[in-house]
Amino acid sequence: MTAPLVRAQRLVRRFDVSAPWLDRLLAGEPRRLLTAVAGVDFTIPARATYALVGESGSGKTTIGRIAVGLLAPSAGSVEIGGVDLHRSRDAGAVRAARRRIQMIFQDPFASVNPRWRVGAIVAEPLVTAGRAAEAAARVPDLLEAVGLSPRDAEKFPHAFSGGQRQRIAIARALAAAPDFIVCDEPTSALDVSVQAQVLNLMKDIQAQFGLAYLFISHDLSVVRYMADRIGVLYLGALVEEAPRDLLFASPRHPYTRMLLAAAPRLDAFGREAEPPQGEIPDPANPPSGCAFHPRRPLADVRCRAERPAMIAEGDRRAACHAVEEGRG
Amino acid sequence: MASTPSADPENSDAAAARQVLSVRGLVVEIPTRAGVVRPVDGVSFDIAAGEILGVVGESGAGKSMTGAAVIGLIDPPGRIAGGAVWLDGARIDDLGPEALRRLRGKRIGMIFQDPLTALNPLLRIGDQLTETILTHLRVSPAEARARAVAALAEVGVPGAAQRIDSYPHAFSGGMRQRVVIALALAAEPDLVIADEPTTALDVSVQAQITALLRRLCRQRGAAVMLITHDMGVIAETADRVAVLYAGRLAEIGPVRGVIATPRHPYTAGLMAATPSATGPGARLRQIPGAMPRLDAIPQGCAFHPRCPHVMARCKTEAPPPFPTEGGAAACWLLAPQVAR
Amino acid sequence: MRPPRTALGRMLDSDLGRSFRRSPLTVLAAVVALALILGAALAPLIAPADPHDPASLNLMNGFTPPMTPNAFTGEAFWLGTDDQGRDMASAILYGLRISLFVGVAAVALAMLIGVTLGLIAGYVGGWVDGVIMRVADIQLTFPAILVAMLIFGVAKGLTPPESRDQMAIWVLILSIGLSDWVQFARTVRASAMVEAQKDYVAAARLIGRSGAAIMLRHVAPNALGPVLVIATISLALAIIAEATLSFLGVGAPPTSPSLGTLIRIGQGYLFSGEWWILFFPALTLLALALAVNLLGDWLRDALNPRLR
Repeated sequence: MTAPLVRAQRLVRRFDVSAPWLDRLLAGEPRRLLTAVAGVDFTIPARATYALVGESGSGKTTIGRIAVGLLAPSAGSVEIGGVDLHRSRDAGAVRAARRRIQMIFQDPFASVNPRWRVGAIVAEPLVTAGRAAEAAARVPDLLEAVGLSPRDAEKFPHAFSGGQRQRIAIARALAAAPDFIVCDEPTSALDVSVQAQVLNLMKDIQAQFGLAYLFISHDLSVVRYMADRIGVLYLGALVEEAPRDLLFASPRHPYTRMLLAAAPRLDAFGREAEPPQGEIPDPANPPSGCAFHPRRPLADVRCRAERPAMIAEGDRRAACHAVEEGRG
Repeated sequence: MASTPSADPENSDAAAARQVLSVRGLVVEIPTRAGVVRPVDGVSFDIAAGEILGVVGESGAGKSMTGAAVIGLIDPPGRIAGGAVWLDGARIDDLGPEALRRLRGKRIGMIFQDPLTALNPLLRIGDQLTETILTHLRVSPAEARARAVAALAEVGVPGAAQRIDSYPHAFSGGMRQRVVIALALAAEPDLVIADEPTTALDVSVQAQITALLRRLCRQRGAAVMLITHDMGVIAETADRVAVLYAGRLAEIGPVRGVIATPRHPYTAGLMAATPSATGPGARLRQIPGAMPRLDAIPQGCAFHPRCPHVMARCKTEAPPPFPTEGGAAACWLLAPQVAR
Repeated sequence: MRPPRTALGRMLDSDLGRSFRRSPLTVLAAVVALALILGAALAPLIAPADPHDPASLNLMNGFTPPMTPNAFTGEAFWLGTDDQGRDMASAILYGLRISLFVGVAAVALAMLIGVTLGLIAGYVGGWVDGVIMRVADIQLTFPAILVAMLIFGVAKGLTPPESRDQMAIWVLILSIGLSDWVQFARTVRASAMVEAQKDYVAAARLIGRSGAAIMLRHVAPNALGPVLVIATISLALAIIAEATLSFLGVGAPPTSPSLGTLIRIGQGYLFSGEWWILFFPALTLLALALAVNLLGDWLRDALNPRLR
């Protein structure tokens, strides 16, 4: 079996959200740490799409930034092609590994520099890698590959709509010929018809250039369209992970079921089904034991006290005492 | 305001329920350097008591502008340039600012997208609620406070009697939106306009808020204009839906009918492009091109450059709404054949 | 309406140009400022006499009222003469040169220091930001004039007496510039902090660009927006600061007087009847500072997206 392209192991990331030092000193308060990512691992094979689904506070954006190398984890590791991005001593290998990764961001209006021309934006990865000579030839090809015209290279971003700017960002991500792209909610800010265009484009270039995606989203319907394998995050931890069809056909974890039930669907006319309970807790102050227990009517003593471990079952895993005990 | 019989002859098959809101041929114009643009260009619809009308469209379609026009909140130099708006049979689009101000809050409640900016961060929740109640209803301050606590409890804020004295920042996003709903309904309005009320919320909270909105408005018999870009929210919450494109009404009708058998090619395109409707393997059908900018709306039907069924007529004449089952769609494909 | 074809026409037709044309006060201010700047620039060509050349001065010409032939020599001067027989008109034109030069150079220096420090503080953040901001805070607790006088005094002590007069200009520029950088730094820091959070900066880091490159090529073009407005208003303040320092005797020396020095000379004679020695330089200074200030106000309002 070939090694996976991306391997994340026991990722943890804590943020210091204490009050300023002087205030703390005067009030006698301890430091406060927010655990945004509480031990997550997953693997992504080459040319596949792995989706991370979660709502606010789930840590999905933080994981994306760690996977891409913008943030260092407090514990755990991310390996690209076997090279540990953050802890490896081999600077050359790390540099080479970093060049295999790119990212597409959520806000198309903030992810391209409004003062740069489109051509310069798309060519920047090549120029930085010392391959400026190639840029003149590659930029028109890249623009066409994302459905824009080579003449657009002379224009500034403000001449383009949100969907088109996202295409510019995709062209930029493709410029350095990466193997792995982290997509952080790439279509959440776009209208439905534009989203369809961009999602189709992303599928096409994945096939054309042989890319692996880490696709981060809160929208289950988009994830269903794009992903091969899906991990569901809640308050910084994976609660369930399964291949796409299995997950939608038979979700095990109560949070996954709740998400599926709550997602607005076109065929759900005026359903009077009971909406989900409660709200996502404050990540700085998580509940004891299983983070989901306050929202689960069937939670018992064990759920309140003990954090469930990930139990594998064939090709899927879930972290829930009820599932483990067969109560789910 | 005394009710006068509504004078719209197009309402020929009006149901027994009274039409709380009637909009006919609404036109909003904004002068710009490039000329006058029309973000809303001849939109007509009705909302009956206890009914939820979803107004759906992508960015630039004019849905927020339509809502703003109904409550008279268009920023100058924009203005209502044509058409009329009736509330309970009386015209409201030609009222002065003072009369409009009294209308808002008492007879029209508003819910906006961002609960953070809808609530005054410097005032306690209870104060904001009681202020609204006292402004519009003749009750004593003690009664107003009791009503405020009841309103909070009704929208599902736990421990309402204690939390009523908290500030907005102490609430989570979903809770704040519930408070905003309580505020909007506090004066018992006839019409509620909700502009993207769930867009900024998490999915699980979205479902709670839409269910709450449905329940409360049905209970009170208020008419609701639910503006959103999310067709899924409309499917779950609304009774009827109006689809806007480039400032014009593309299609209007009962939710089930429009989603299952859309008559306008744009609506059909939207359905095909929405991921939840598609099976996992099928490719999303995309609509080529993009919605035209307001200063570059094509002649004839605004959708014709992107329409798979475009005909010669579409390029020169803008189609009027043709009747469909329970609604209407503005498309030449529905025109009755010319008798030979 | 046909779109304008010349470059100047296009400029006047832009949003900025229309806002300019709409305000008669601004147009007037621009005309006045332009006239004064031209006068200063062309001073060697248009001034009737060279006020800095002691050989051309005739003490007998002193205290001649404007437009009146002198009792002794019969020469007439547009704006009269001062106590040393200097033609006021020439003195004012040359004084304008010094005032404008010092003003512009001081603002340029303040901009250089302020923008650089602001960019670094905003982008790098952390303790670097803290240190820079504390230095700025300390700087702000001292009134600008006091800081300028302090620097002036130190410089005076360090330079030999012969070159003090020539050094005066540079010391002026240094002291005004050093006391003025904070507002540039603060504004640019705020903008830089906002821009640093945006995704295009993260994308640039991902591509592998160095921090300095990102600061210079990505953040700076987006963070420099408000600088032009601040610079214009700073210019007016710098001109007045220079005049104040010269008035207090620690600025431009009487041998090459700026407007402030002339005012200083003139104030001694105000109540003895020779009013013109004070009046005309003061009027010129007022016109210049006001014109620049009004232009700065207009620019700030015209560039403010919310007011449009």
